[in-house]
Amino acid sequence: MKQTFAIGIGGAAGQGVATPGDIFAKIFSRRGLHLNAYNAYQSIIRGGHTFLTIRTGPEKITNMGDRVDLLIPLNQGAMDRHLRLLTAGAACLYNSDTIKPGVAAEGVQLCPLPVSKLADITRNKVAQNTLALGAALSMMGVGFQALEEGLAEQFKKKGEAVVSENIGIARVGYEYATANFRPFTWPIPMTGNRYAVLSGNTAMAMGGAAAGVKFYCAYPMSPSTGVLHWMAAHARKAGIMVRQVEDEIGVVNMAIGAAHAGVRSMCATSGGGFALMSEGLGLSAMMETPVVVIDCQRAGPSTGVPTKTEQGDLWQMLGAAFGDYPRALVAPLDIGDCFKVIPEIFNIVDRFQCPGIVLCDLLLSEGRLSVDPQVLDFAPVIDRGELITNASSASGANGDGIYKRYKITESGVSPRAIPGIPGHTHTAASDEHDEYGVLISDEFTNPTKRRAMMEKRMRKVAGIEAAVPPPVLWGPRDADVTLIGWGSTKGVIEEACEILTEQGISANQLQIRWLVPLHGEAILDILNHAQHTFIVENNYSGQFARYLRSETSFVPDGYIRKYDGEPFMPHHIVEAVKEQLSGKTKLSVPAHEILV
Amino acid sequence: MVTALAATNHVAMADLKGKVEPDWCPGCGDFGVLAAVQKALVELQIPNHNVVTISGIGCSSNFPGFINTYGIHTLHGRALAVATGVKLANHDLTVLVTGGDGDGFGIGGNHFVHNMRRNVDLLYIVMDNQIYGLTTGQTSPTSRLGMKTKSMPFGNIEAPVNPISLALAAGATFVARGFSAEQKHLTDLIKQGIQHKGFSFLDVFSPCVTYNHDNTYQWFRPRVKKLEDDSGYDPADWMAAMGKSLLWGDEIPIGKFFERTDVPTLHGAEPVLDAGPLAHADMPIPGDVTRAFIEELR
Repeated sequence: MKQTFAIGIGGAAGQGVATPGDIFAKIFSRRGLHLNAYNAYQSIIRGGHTFLTIRTGPEKITNMGDRVDLLIPLNQGAMDRHLRLLTAGAACLYNSDTIKPGVAAEGVQLCPLPVSKLADITRNKVAQNTLALGAALSMMGVGFQALEEGLAEQFKKKGEAVVSENIGIARVGYEYATANFRPFTWPIPMTGNRYAVLSGNTAMAMGGAAAGVKFYCAYPMSPSTGVLHWMAAHARKAGIMVRQVEDEIGVVNMAIGAAHAGVRSMCATSGGGFALMSEGLGLSAMMETPVVVIDCQRAGPSTGVPTKTEQGDLWQMLGAAFGDYPRALVAPLDIGDCFKVIPEIFNIVDRFQCPGIVLCDLLLSEGRLSVDPQVLDFAPVIDRGELITNASSASGANGDGIYKRYKITESGVSPRAIPGIPGHTHTAASDEHDEYGVLISDEFTNPTKRRAMMEKRMRKVAGIEAAVPPPVLWGPRDADVTLIGWGSTKGVIEEACEILTEQGISANQLQIRWLVPLHGEAILDILNHAQHTFIVENNYSGQFARYLRSETSFVPDGYIRKYDGEPFMPHHIVEAVKEQLSGKTKLSVPAHEILV
Repeated sequence: MVTALAATNHVAMADLKGKVEPDWCPGCGDFGVLAAVQKALVELQIPNHNVVTISGIGCSSNFPGFINTYGIHTLHGRALAVATGVKLANHDLTVLVTGGDGDGFGIGGNHFVHNMRRNVDLLYIVMDNQIYGLTTGQTSPTSRLGMKTKSMPFGNIEAPVNPISLALAAGATFVARGFSAEQKHLTDLIKQGIQHKGFSFLDVFSPCVTYNHDNTYQWFRPRVKKLEDDSGYDPADWMAAMGKSLLWGDEIPIGKFFERTDVPTLHGAEPVLDAGPLAHADMPIPGDVTRAFIEELR
């Protein structure tokens, strides 16, 4: 099993859970370690209970893991909820002035910090957090200098006095722990690497900038708002027009307008906002104007659980907008992939002049991951397809001298002229139209023309399928168990496979990234050779399982689902597989042990 | 915004004729609006390839198909949202938005209010016939109290919206009303609206000869009074404009209610556009900028 170390920090919103989290993350990534951070929180600005998990180690960390090595409860509630998670070798650092420890498991080190004796708490309200930071790093075997730098950076804007006060408090905590607590048996290592740490939302926004997006608009909606925040903060440097719009209907239509005028245009939302965008997707398809919409899934239906993760929007994506039309739908596999997927899908939608959807979720959108900066490639291949941007470029010049925007072609793709070019005036319409863009309802609803235009548009489906790679199987082909997942469950399934293999059950993984086109035949080729197949997904009804069945008739041996708002942990999947192999059930719904 | 004209290209009425003839009912007010828009573009000599005419859904929203410019026939109520995107991606284009009262004040009401406060530089012409025509005669947001329609057969019990007051309150920087039977006056308002830098709202009485038997040409003719005929009226005076907007009865004002030129346009207020339209911008971001983006994350 790979070496990792996980810290859990729990407290009320507003108590300062984020700051120590940020400092830990910075220190780990600067030591050349990988990390994964996930924050379980609620839809309130002050109060409630939040629980941040940061897991680090020298190898890739793909998920929050199963174990908390160090718990830092910032209030009694956090102590009461989480102490029971700790097992032998773990430790709990807490303010002994205000928090009473519960009963810990054998081998768990309870580390009380007499905060009011160590710091002047009338001056510094978050002294307990800073003391705990110092104490934690001492126990992890990290030199104090790293923390000094981290604090200096964190409080730089608040002035020299605040910086030196915090460094002073942290040093007291560090020295107190050195004198009074037992260090962890595994000191945090150091490597020569240097990773970037980012959220999926930041990754998708940066991916957009890399793809050449020039127009981004949104209406704030958790968990997608981080994309807007990055875009807004970097718009002027990146040369991107960023607008906050009155509602998501306005968002998608404004994005389509910008795209029609010739720029790459993107927007992001969550399930509720996406529902409002649905008619606009049909407009993009009918006008053949490419646009990319990101849906960051959260637990539904309706307002649902706005700060919790789910993979419950798949059928909304598949059914969005009425009528048949070509679309591309992709679910990024991890936070690095959130970056890479954006230039990829823009090339697809530009080439095939149709809407593209990126189906992300809260786990990736708001989670943070260490990523090799090489992954953040700001010079990706850009293919804008058959786009006419000036009068001299290969135009749709026809026999009659009139530009046919919707020329019937073998590929279904017609050269697209942007407004402003002489000789190419035309109307793009949401109504069915002929090759010139003239509404067929303005002459007579010509069945022959209607059929020809439907077939022209739908011919693009084959082109998209050929342009997108089929999924591949990871791990030994003849494994006992095949775990099938899609999108954000990649990391946790990967770790579950490793654990199963270590425990004598060989496992491989089929992770689906492109949902439309699905490449059903390639999937069947893989699954028809599999021994025991299980579909793992973060929703109630098995949305992907039902989709796969509808496209391929494939029925797996069992299902592993979770719909409590929290992500899978590796042991959930491992135990479910064992339960199903023993024949107890065909549907496992693991319980989430962390009370958040 | 008016695009500079290439010296050799003369814009004539024939250049602006659409690929198909309008299919509005004979006598429909929209014919007059179409003719006035075409005349205004000829008088201003704006080449048709630099104009984008954008509409929603409804009888009047078929407009883009009947004029030879670039056009977008969008969804019901969404023309202004699409138009804002077009203008921000390429502010060198002249953007005209055309539609009806149901499209603009009903289903599109949210975009109407917000794009006026943004001062998007475009001309929004509403062909206001106080009825839903293409769905065969239902009450619209501007139908008068008591008006009987298929959807309110016992008479409308909801007060109509006042588009002029609403536009003034929402911050439109050019607010006018025309009458499709007053061609010269209407053409002049359209020209002014195109030339105005900012959101120009033009409500046009465009009678529906098939479904609205209340607000007919005969009903409007004796009532409409041109604000331009009142030498004491100052369209720079917002309070006066608000007062005039409330007049409805024996006297209904048409003409320019209000104009102010001291508010920056949306595209003018955004420094990202200083280097020119985004539609022609280079796609890759300079390497030193992208390196700084990554460095922030370490």
